[in-house]
Amino acid sequence: MSATTGAGPTQAPKYTKKDFESDQDVRWCPGCGDYAILSAVQKSMPDLGIPKENIVFISGIGCSSRFPYYMNTYGFHTIHGRAPALATGLRVARPDLKVFVVTGDGDGLSIGGNHLLHLLRRNVNLTVLLFNNRIYGLTKGQYSPTSELGKVTKSTPMGSADRPVYPVAFALGCGATFVARTVDRHIAHMEETIKRAAAHKGTAFVEILQNCNVYNDLAWNVMYDKEQRLAHELRLEHGKPLLFGPVDDRRALVMDGLNPTVVSAKDTPADRLWIHDESNANAAKLLADLFAPDYPVPVGVFTAVNAPVYEEILMEQEQRAMSERGAGDIAKLLTSGDTWKIE
Amino acid sequence: MTEPAARAVATPKPRRDLDRAVVRFAGDSGDGMQLTGEQFTIEAAVAGSDIATLPNFPAEIRAPAGTLFGVSSFQLQFGSQRVYTPGDHLDCLVAMNPAALKVHLGDLKTGGLLVVNTQAFDKRNLDKAGYTSNPLDDPALAERYRLHKVDMTALTVQAIQDLALDTKEKNRTKNFFALGLVSWIYTRPLDSTLEWIKRKFAKNPLIAEANTRVLKAGHAFGETAEIFSEHYQVEPAEMAPGLYRAMTGNRALAWGLLAAAERSKLPIVYGAYPITPASGILEELAMHKRFRIRTIQAEDEIAAVTAAIGASFGGAIGVTASSGPGIALKGEGIGLAVTAELPLVIFDVQRGGPSTGLPTKTEQADLMQALYGRNSESPIVVLAPATPGDCFYVAYEAVRIAVKYMVPVMVLSDGFLANGSEPWPIPDPSTLPPIDIHFRTEQEGFFPYLRDPATLGRPWVRPGTPGLEHRIGGIEKQDVTGNISYDPDNHDHMVRTRAEKVRRVAQEIPPTSINGPATGDLVVVGWGGTYGAITAATERAQLEGKSVASVHLRHLNPLPPDLGHILREYRRVLVPEINSGQLVRVLRAEYLVDAVGFNRVRGLPLATDEIYEALTQLLEGQA
Ligand SMILES: Cc1ncc(C[n+]2csc(CCOP(=O)(O)OP(=O)(O)O)c2C)c(N)n1
Ligand code: SF4
Ligand SMILES: [Mg+2]
Repeated sequence: MSATTGAGPTQAPKYTKKDFESDQDVRWCPGCGDYAILSAVQKSMPDLGIPKENIVFISGIGCSSRFPYYMNTYGFHTIHGRAPALATGLRVARPDLKVFVVTGDGDGLSIGGNHLLHLLRRNVNLTVLLFNNRIYGLTKGQYSPTSELGKVTKSTPMGSADRPVYPVAFALGCGATFVARTVDRHIAHMEETIKRAAAHKGTAFVEILQNCNVYNDLAWNVMYDKEQRLAHELRLEHGKPLLFGPVDDRRALVMDGLNPTVVSAKDTPADRLWIHDESNANAAKLLADLFAPDYPVPVGVFTAVNAPVYEEILMEQEQRAMSERGAGDIAKLLTSGDTWKIE
Repeated sequence: MTEPAARAVATPKPRRDLDRAVVRFAGDSGDGMQLTGEQFTIEAAVAGSDIATLPNFPAEIRAPAGTLFGVSSFQLQFGSQRVYTPGDHLDCLVAMNPAALKVHLGDLKTGGLLVVNTQAFDKRNLDKAGYTSNPLDDPALAERYRLHKVDMTALTVQAIQDLALDTKEKNRTKNFFALGLVSWIYTRPLDSTLEWIKRKFAKNPLIAEANTRVLKAGHAFGETAEIFSEHYQVEPAEMAPGLYRAMTGNRALAWGLLAAAERSKLPIVYGAYPITPASGILEELAMHKRFRIRTIQAEDEIAAVTAAIGASFGGAIGVTASSGPGIALKGEGIGLAVTAELPLVIFDVQRGGPSTGLPTKTEQADLMQALYGRNSESPIVVLAPATPGDCFYVAYEAVRIAVKYMVPVMVLSDGFLANGSEPWPIPDPSTLPPIDIHFRTEQEGFFPYLRDPATLGRPWVRPGTPGLEHRIGGIEKQDVTGNISYDPDNHDHMVRTRAEKVRRVAQEIPPTSINGPATGDLVVVGWGGTYGAITAATERAQLEGKSVASVHLRHLNPLPPDLGHILREYRRVLVPEINSGQLVRVLRAEYLVDAVGFNRVRGLPLATDEIYEALTQLLEGQA
């Protein structure tokens, strides 16, 4: 059954991951992190409880943006950077559809940075998955806006000269109402994060740390290497203190004046602990810039808050205009105002 | 200086009949000249005249007062015959200050009526306009023109002395004095303006009262002051019977979309980023949400076009609009719609360029951009309205073609059409051709790029339709299946198919109407907003017995199927355009005819006189 009749939510059939696999050959390089993300998304879909004909994947251009071809849903592989704008138009036309935007660090933060900004600020009801591999994959390995300063690539043989943008900090700065980070190699966490994002009302933004094993292998090794991960991964959990590190050397993230500071957990009194609160977007902004080696790497949901949704306001205005003055009538409009008769 | 208003003149002044008049109101941008002109237009229209208007204003919103570049003007021609253009030369110029006089005097006919507001001719304003002495004191001015010096400011303030308004507010109503006076000169009834004042200032009765009084004072001044010895009557034009309204091009484009939304029963998503002279369409549409017009003021033109494409993908009608610079930004997006084969309507309200160019002035130089301004082979349908009212039908037609052929359609309007208005016979919307929407729901045998044999359009599927889940995109795809394909022969096939689909839109084009003999010495071919000037020049030549016809193209891509044949029926072909020769190139390339261009790119509409001269020269073999 389709849900396009507007007659309220319809039951989705019991799906399995297989129902969301398209018949297209997947063309990413062997070993690419995108495979794991694809699999996690396909696995998450049955739990959304949405008929698959009501799901649409919109992407820009890049390796990551090939994604829609591999999903057995509606999909549109558009142009470089513009997926957020196109998806906005789609939501305005069809607020009944469940829309996902898949983008890359170049697609979403370089050529499409402006659109992403406005998508987040408008709080259009859709889910953004930004695959951050800190490189331009499809164009064969130039540095990207998330590459670290001094990055040596084909286009920057002596190192890049521009400082990186942090997707989570960017999104929060744009007024995003849901911001999360997850990692391509942490399958369970990825699924859980995607499902939470998909359930959010408004724009849900998920940064997925993704490995490009061809042009930027192990850029996120801090999250892959067992020891480093143990030392740095900070799982954000609502209502729980910000603790990380191995059991024998637990660390706590606390505020020292206006500065986030790492201290030893066992020496920290309970009332000094920083309790993660997803409803506090300001606190999330403080977490957004933190990264290894000096700080832990937060993963999970930074913030989840409610705000007015762009297309809902538009629909409400349309409904109000119609209920106050009736549906439009062109014949009436044409003869309204100053008219005169010629006999 | 001020002529004291004589009271109580018993006998009405003599009235002369004219068959047409060209009037221009000119003043500072803050003087309200646009409003004055618009109201006078309605008065003239209600009195049964045919009309064409030409608003002309600076790009600066509040240009410094009194300067030459801050002058704003509104010109109209009204007549008892068919009026095709706002007129080449002025019968009457109202100059509210020295700068307005300086900028516009050259367009006034010798012997024409010149009405000036004397109080504005003070030292400061004279300096700003670059006059070393007061031109009103020069006896030559009064010899050359019928000069009327009126202290409008003083008379205005006098009329509303007792109202509790400050001097600035009082002064600001003087445009209504000018309007009242000119209404008297041309015997136009004030009723529509009085009504308008009542409506407009319903919430501010004091201002309404002031404007009403000043308007009437201006009118009475004409009747009673001794300086005006006569006034003029323009008989109603012989217009087809029916109900009329004044229509501007921008509003007509917007209302054409409303009509299309109603007829197709689909929402329209209109994405736009503000730009002169296209913003008016967005603002107009935003007032009509009841028609299920959803306007998105996007973050830029690229977002505007891609949002529209997203809407079309969702099964709504995606429309976007801009002017030349914004259309340039939309190029890649339009290409996506070409290859995704989705309906998309793009309005380009052309203005002077390149780059920012002349934002508030008109031009026709985006034809090549419309036809070819995208990477690779990306043909689209291109239409152009001929008059402000025609914009209504062209907007509607653009939607109809876009959804029938699953193709982008660009409409080339221009600044002149956008802001200009004409009396427009109100159509019965039920007589518009149907817009048939067919969303595929049938699963059996479905492929995303399966084609309708008549239109070559692919199926339009609304996401949400069970069983038809599919993916499309900008990468070349195999015909029929829509699967990604890098196959060389498939690409060649798809390039030809997309072109053929656009070519098939020729099926929709009615036989070309020829204004004049079907064969002869010369045919004038035009497109867009030059329609009026071309028609007037052609008809003048015809009256003189010249063997001249004109053809005005509404379809620029594909061109009308009968056009090549028509062009060969004339010895010479003249193509007047406000660009340096774009359609003329297309015609020469397409039909191998020795068409000759007539090109002026001054940011102004072409004048009837200059086209007439060009065609005369070509006939005489001088061009
Ligand atoms: C207008 C335009 N400019 C440039 C390109 C070339 N281009 C394609 S993808 C890409 C970068 C993609 O990087 P990212 O978004 O990080 O995706 P990834 O391939 O790394 O997943 C570039 C520059 C293009 N397709 N279109
Ligand atoms: S280039 Fe990198 S990102 Fe692209 S498919 Fe290959 S491994 Fe993946
Ligand atoms: Mg990348």
